[in-house]
Amino acid sequence: MAVCVAIVNRSNAPKYIACVNPDMELEFHYKVHTSLDVIEERLTSTGKSNTERQEFYLGILYSTEEHTIYGYVTNTRTKIMIITDTSNKLLRDNEVRAMFRKLHSAYSHILCNPFYVPGDDIKSKYFEQVAKSVMVGG
Amino acid sequence: MTQALADEILLDLIHAEIVAYANGSPSDGEEKKDTDYSKIELMGFSCGYRIIERSTKDGARFKDELDTMKFICTELWAAIYKKPIDNLRTNYQGTYLLQDNSFRFLNKMSNGSQYLESAGKYVVFTCGLLRGALSNLGINAIVSMEINTMPVVKFHIQVSQPQN
Repeated sequence: MAVCVAIVNRSNAPKYIACVNPDMELEFHYKVHTSLDVIEERLTSTGKSNTERQEFYLGILYSTEEHTIYGYVTNTRTKIMIITDTSNKLLRDNEVRAMFRKLHSAYSHILCNPFYVPGDDIKSKYFEQVAKSVMVGG
Repeated sequence: MTQALADEILLDLIHAEIVAYANGSPSDGEEKKDTDYSKIELMGFSCGYRIIERSTKDGARFKDELDTMKFICTELWAAIYKKPIDNLRTNYQGTYLLQDNSFRFLNKMSNGSQYLESAGKYVVFTCGLLRGALSNLGINAIVSMEINTMPVVKFHIQVSQPQN
């Protein structure tokens, strides 16, 4: 379903990027980078005007003719992004939410691994599997 | 039921072992005390840093610092110490006072002043835990503690203002 999955940490350094087609990776790096600004904007604008607690899921950050980018920010300011093909009209909001939740819980598992030093790039077979299952649509 | 009871004691036991391990390690004379405390504190920091991502997973984004503190006092505390914090006070300027009237790692000890002196090292881990949890949530703080009567522990949290 998704074509790319990315994890970006608190200080906006990408920690994990995976995509279906490895040749496109550079392009996705650019896209992820660009959408960080959109996330920043959403966080600051909602933080002031609204006193209610905000959801992690930010919805569609922006979409172009070929790709749509969804964002998700955790309490620790870790950003998760999912890029899908805009042509894929079958994808519902709920499904995207479920994908994010899956990635978030996988990420929290990774963080609890004593061999993973917080702040390092994520190199884990388990995480790769989860990311792959999200991209294939499992 | 018995299963659950056995589970609960495990943290107490491993924590007691950690304290004993950190204090028993060879060292050179007077400096021992400080370095040993920082070791346990660092363990707590790392635990708190990791655990907070997991425990905030199913909630919503916190709206401010006080909201974060409330979460730590209720949900996080209940998850680790099986009870919420008894009293949370703040001056709304970055100082928080958390009071636990029956701190889990101390309530098995005698209530008198007999162990008051050595009680500190059983609380240091928790100071680190608080600091780690807050740090991962983007709040840099100094955490210190105070024990006057035995199972009552007061944690002082001083949030350092972001430097512009």
